[in-house]
Amino acid sequence: MTSAQAAAEGATQPPALTIDALGKKCPIPIIMLAEQINYVPRNAIVSVLADDPAAFTDIPAWCRLKSHHHVGSHELPGGGWAIHVRRNY
Amino acid sequence: MAYFDAASTEPLHPQAREALIAALDVGWADPARLYGPARRARMLLEQARTEVAEALGARPDEVSFTSSGTQAVHLGVLGALHGRRRVGRRLVTSAVEHSSVLHAAGVHERDGGSVETVGVGLTGAVDPAAFREAVLAEGTALACLQSANHEVGTVQPIAEAAAACAEAGVPLLVDAAQTAGRMPLPGGWSVLAASAHKWGGPAGVGVLVVRKGTRWRSPLPEDERERRRVPGFENVPAIVASAAALRAMAAESAGESARLSALVDRIRTEVPRLVPDVEVIGDPVARAPHIVTFSCLYVEGEALLTELDKAGFAVSSGSSCTASTLRPSHVLEAMGVLTHGNVRVSLPRGASSADVDRFLAVLPDMVRRIREDAGIKS
Repeated sequence: MTSAQAAAEGATQPPALTIDALGKKCPIPIIMLAEQINYVPRNAIVSVLADDPAAFTDIPAWCRLKSHHHVGSHELPGGGWAIHVRRNY
Repeated sequence: MAYFDAASTEPLHPQAREALIAALDVGWADPARLYGPARRARMLLEQARTEVAEALGARPDEVSFTSSGTQAVHLGVLGALHGRRRVGRRLVTSAVEHSSVLHAAGVHERDGGSVETVGVGLTGAVDPAAFREAVLAEGTALACLQSANHEVGTVQPIAEAAAACAEAGVPLLVDAAQTAGRMPLPGGWSVLAASAHKWGGPAGVGVLVVRKGTRWRSPLPEDERERRRVPGFENVPAIVASAAALRAMAAESAGESARLSALVDRIRTEVPRLVPDVEVIGDPVARAPHIVTFSCLYVEGEALLTELDKAGFAVSSGSSCTASTLRPSHVLEAMGVLTHGNVRVSLPRGASSADVDRFLAVLPDMVRRIREDAGIKS
């Protein structure tokens, strides 16, 4: 699977796990993600719900540093984002 | 206390202190008047102007003194836009400019103008081709670019930006606050802003340079001072001290900047070796000599700053919890780098190698303890 295919698939693939980090300040949402991504199988999607503006930048940056894949971030109707990450290894 | 926050303010240079005390006694009179003490104050003011002009590669009559670097930027941006109102209302800037540029841009937008913000890559530098394209667009009145970024130290492509501006016939405003007196500045700019307390002068003095032939009109009410460019009575003693500091810094900068740059290189190499999960931010080579920034994964910036303060280190951070706002630094956001656990080390003149060693010695354990308290297993 190429990374482009994986990215396209990730955009529609439902998350295997949703982490509710709403109301939590960075770095807590990232700490939760780093721990819980290990609970899902490889190539599965973890969705982090967060409303700290730092999470919007920091979760994609964490993916880059940790070689996971940031699939996309979607705004939530009540404020904040659902930030989707695919476990790469 | 090891003071590592020169990018916020450089301690007063000893020569500035000496000049300030002397000028308080002889430079207090109104330089606009015609009697003896006034002539003396005017002579000191004009001598300081000549020295600052020389250090910045400008002519004395192009240099005005403002009450701060922020005011220099505000007047520079809004005055250049005002002067070119008939040409266009479009302002081009980078996403990582100092807040003084962004706030001036905000005023311009509220006044009906438009602002085109050019993004930056992972190192914090604008792409010269993207900047050129933005500048060449119809109706561009002014382009702004910093000489080096105040948070991460990355040097911007000023020479390329100036060439693009020349091609488009658009003036370039350079915010040189972080590099004036520390490194040479490429030419080709039309307006320049700088701040004396960043080069070891006292607070309360900024510099606005408007090149001959650049259209500029004050956005403020008319005032006779500083060739009608800056309102208010000049702070002659502080200006004299600022010129003394700039002259001294520029004279020392070849040796001192290289020394500080080597210390920054050491921090850039050693921090990721000593501390796991750290991202060192900004361009490793094309950078200001004295600034280095890194972010520690899973660490709260405020906790780290507090611990460093307790250990005797004065540093700064772009993490959101450490600033007065709830948002992380717009610079780190625009670069797409980690914003939490962020530490900026900026070395003042004379920063000692021993203090850098001590910083590198205490940091790893400090980060480990903060991570442990947050439940992170190392």
